[in-house]
Amino acid sequence: MKPAPFAYARASTLAEVFDALETHGDAARLLAGGQSLVAALNLRLASPSLLLDINGVAALRGVTFADGLLRIGALTRHAELGADPLVALHAPLLAQAVPHIAHAAIRNRGTIGGSLALADPAAELPACVLALEAVLVLASRAGERRVAAGDFFQGLYRTALRGDEVLAAVEVPPRAGASCTVQELARRHGDYAIVGLAAQSLGQGVQLAWFGVGAVPLRTPLAEAALAAGDIAGAQAALAGELDPPGDLHGPPALRLHLARVLLGRAAAALKGH
Amino acid sequence: MNELSSVDRPNSYIGRSVPRPNAKRLVAGRGQYVDDLRLPRMVHVAFLRSPHAHARILSIDSTAAKAAPGVVRVVTGAEMAAVCTPWVGVLHHLKGLKSAPQHALVVDRACWQGEPVVAVVARTRAEAEDAVGLVEVAWQELPAAVDMEAALATGTPVIHPDLGDNLAFTREHVGGEPDACFADAESVVVQAVFHTGRHTGVCLEGRAILADYNPAEGRLTAYHSNQAPHMMQTVFAKHLGLREGDVRVVCRDVGGSYGIKVHVYPDEMATAALSKMLGRPVKFAADRMEGMVSDIHARDHRIAARAAVTKDGVITAMEIDDLTGIGPYSVYPRTSAVEGNQVVNLCGGPYGLRGYKARTTVVFQNKTPTCQYRAVGHPIATTVTEGLVDLAAEAIGMDPAEIRRRNLLADDVYPFRNLAGLAFEGLSHHACLTKLLAMMDYEGLKAERDALRAKGVYRGIGIASFIELTNPSPFMYGIGGARISAMDGATVRLDPDGSVAIASGVTEQGQGTEAMLAQIVAGAVGVDLSRVRVTTGDTETTPYGGGTWASRGAGIGGEAALQAGNALREQILVIAGAMLQAAPESLDVRGDAVVDRDTGAERLPLEELGRIVYFRGDTLPKDLPRELVATRHYTPKDYPFAFTNGAQASYLEVDVETGFVKLLRHWCVEDCGTVINPMLVDEQIRGGVVQGLGGALLEHCVYSPEGQLLTGSLADYLLPMSGEMPDIAVAHVETPTKESALGAKGAGEAGTAGAPAAVQNAINDALRPFGARVFAQPFTPARILPALGKI
Ligand SMILES: Cc1cc2nc3c(=O)[nH]c(=O)nc-3n(C[C@H](O)[C@H](O)[C@H](O)COP(=O)(O)OP(=O)(O)OC[C@H]3O[C@@H](n4cnc5c(N)ncnc54)[C@H](O)[C@@H]3O)c2cc1C
Repeated sequence: MKPAPFAYARASTLAEVFDALETHGDAARLLAGGQSLVAALNLRLASPSLLLDINGVAALRGVTFADGLLRIGALTRHAELGADPLVALHAPLLAQAVPHIAHAAIRNRGTIGGSLALADPAAELPACVLALEAVLVLASRAGERRVAAGDFFQGLYRTALRGDEVLAAVEVPPRAGASCTVQELARRHGDYAIVGLAAQSLGQGVQLAWFGVGAVPLRTPLAEAALAAGDIAGAQAALAGELDPPGDLHGPPALRLHLARVLLGRAAAALKGH
Repeated sequence: MNELSSVDRPNSYIGRSVPRPNAKRLVAGRGQYVDDLRLPRMVHVAFLRSPHAHARILSIDSTAAKAAPGVVRVVTGAEMAAVCTPWVGVLHHLKGLKSAPQHALVVDRACWQGEPVVAVVARTRAEAEDAVGLVEVAWQELPAAVDMEAALATGTPVIHPDLGDNLAFTREHVGGEPDACFADAESVVVQAVFHTGRHTGVCLEGRAILADYNPAEGRLTAYHSNQAPHMMQTVFAKHLGLREGDVRVVCRDVGGSYGIKVHVYPDEMATAALSKMLGRPVKFAADRMEGMVSDIHARDHRIAARAAVTKDGVITAMEIDDLTGIGPYSVYPRTSAVEGNQVVNLCGGPYGLRGYKARTTVVFQNKTPTCQYRAVGHPIATTVTEGLVDLAAEAIGMDPAEIRRRNLLADDVYPFRNLAGLAFEGLSHHACLTKLLAMMDYEGLKAERDALRAKGVYRGIGIASFIELTNPSPFMYGIGGARISAMDGATVRLDPDGSVAIASGVTEQGQGTEAMLAQIVAGAVGVDLSRVRVTTGDTETTPYGGGTWASRGAGIGGEAALQAGNALREQILVIAGAMLQAAPESLDVRGDAVVDRDTGAERLPLEELGRIVYFRGDTLPKDLPRELVATRHYTPKDYPFAFTNGAQASYLEVDVETGFVKLLRHWCVEDCGTVINPMLVDEQIRGGVVQGLGGALLEHCVYSPEGQLLTGSLADYLLPMSGEMPDIAVAHVETPTKESALGAKGAGEAGTAGAPAAVQNAINDALRPFGARVFAQPFTPARILPALGKI
């Protein structure tokens, strides 16, 4: 379990990152918290010739609130996300997700940018940004472009990120006063969820974003509408048409669908309890 | 004072929770595990492993690998076979057991995914792995025999055509009159089909070996992460064409073993052979991924079982039909028939039956080989037995504790031979059960469970009584022709500074063997624990012995150490008597000094005695013996095994919507005879319980229909983690074995033996209001929800 040989470089500015991406193209990989990438290197699932460490790039750090938008830098570690007062105020859903992610040591290194760029379908944060209807800021030499969370996740471990781009930040429309909940079922605390649900309600609207049920995090509009109308059973019933979960080592598709219905019931109770 | 036995002498350490002497070194990161060792001219080996469950090698092209940076040598199975002879894992006493010759590297046909095929030796492990990626093997995939249920069916490929079929071993045992008991019209018959999932014992330190063959003296030294150095000495010698005396096996720090590191592994044999081929040190340290497909697996059993019970709660008979798949080879030299054989021996063990019938069918299949893993066969037998007992209780409407009270062997019945033929010297089932029920407040817990049920919270209580085989005599392996010692020795020596050195044939893998030895000897000789040093795990410097497995370290190695310590004390007293002009019988050794036996008054510090014996022997009488070193050996002779017993209980909650199980509390009362170090014994029990809980709920080696291991990393092979583990309360009943002065039986496996059964019974207790039951481990949501009719 030793990685294939690779070169290592440490960038301190975005310009240096773009230079390296231009020179090395697909052969370069960005290193953020390393909590997913280093394991992939050791398993030889990835063998880039250059590892470009972005941890020193100041432009990718920090959480700010300005012009009515919460901006979360890509290098924000999971532990920082869970402790940040601006996040707690404007996007409490993200703060609630953090304790479910892995273990303390991993949360101290892993970053929101890494989690979103990796796009593991069972991860919490991709589903959360989907529920929050956040916008992802992608930076390249040509400038920044903004992609809605709903358009960012394109397939299993596939995102809208181009080879010359870096995920710079996440912009979240403020949801102060929203009630929200993260519900998930994992066999052991810290494991990727078998099924998970990031749910939020504010005023008349309800957003439900599922993880662990398909190739990408998913919204379920029919279930959202039923829940918004107070029809929990109807929302649960709608899931059969909106989710088509895979079977795997945890069990058959029917297991996931059943557990999703249970989680929806629990989420509804939690949202109401707020 | 004369009436004190040798174990409760003044300043005895027996029964005291002293810290282990090696703990500080290990937590300070100053251990010496195999992978920490670096020798001059050392190279590393990595293996290309079969990607297929069953496939023939058409050709191997290693041109690119040989040219890769750092590569020293690329070796195929054909070249390896010229240096390392194959082995066959059979023993005479397991009648009819057959297996095929197994090579260190596949010669022409790979029989499981993960079997080592080509060895690549390079300057670093990373370079070796790079070059492994460049070896090209052309494979012809063959149909695989994967499902053990179909292993004997026509149409299933026979893995070793020379053997005729895929049947490795079968044994049936009948005791008493089972048929009459089952035919009795007054009795109720209960039955179930149990599955225990395929597991593996995941050691913190993976398997590792650093083999150093020195051509200048024709000797091999193997630094090995292993439990049985003397057994490996024999194996290396035999298969590499060396004399036993020319092989030295050194097991320094070993980071956990659980039985995994007591078997012969092809990659480790290949490493030793490569060292002989290259004439230089070669290191192999299995990484986690290759460990998952090459460490032995265990417990892949399907057991159809039934029991007959009278209306007033007498369990009269049990009948067991066990099927187990062991992979393509019986593992050398202990064999893979032992686990199934144990199931036949152990089912029904705690109970006084009138009829017993048990059969095991052991079959070959194209999966990783299975062999002995902590508590060999016991978790399976206990799950089946205790599952049947609970079914019997339910069938006649009796409380699970009460039916056990009525059927457990009485505490005064011993010595006793049961219908399976096991001889029990002295057990304490009732004392353990009584203590367990009091500890857990059984009645209070039942009331709590019932009250919560009314609120829609489903909790269950499960009890499991068990027996556990420890301190094996030559009846375990030696009788079958294996050169695996049932005897162990200890050498105890007084040095001039008054300190004591012990060398013992039993080994330390993290369980505290060295602490146990130091305690026993410090007390026996009469010195402070801090004055004792322990050496284990070196065939060159310790007395010959078996090592540590089958819960034999304390009971056998400890007794040898006690006898040796007593002998050294006697030697000291004879010399002191001459120096002090006193009768040796009037003296004793306590607190690092020779004292007057009756008054305890100090007469002569040991340091002074040592100074005179070693440096001024001229001042002592000419004919005085001056030996300050004693060696004693011990092997059990009266009983083939020292059985222990105990009872466990689990309290848990089943979320009946999700099928998730939350463990709330766990209790274990066990009887390992004399408890030498309560803290170490309790932690052995707790660790063992956790390993049992892991098997019951989480751990599972799952294969695809093609024979690919789907749970090949710790992301998918789920180990128990502390967050999900309950508090585990441990207590003891002490029935010392009379075979030894120490009275210790084994304690290392009892926790694993009983925990899965307690959990199974607790889950089924929680599910009782729904009429749902589960008998297939691991008890996952995917199994509990269908039982509840939810999916
Ligand atoms: C034992 C374990 C359990 C875990 N459990 C969970 C869990 O339950 N839930 C969960 O969500 N996660 C879990 N994780 C994953 C963890 O959260 C990772 O930290 C996270 O998925 C990746 O973040 P990272 O910063 O470590 O990224 P890295 O590992 O450094 O990178 C991951 C990928 O993203 C790319 N990347 C990183 N940053 C950027 C960027 N700014 N722009 C473009 N590409 C980028 C990298 O090139 C790489 O391809 C677990 C990890 C481990 C080891």
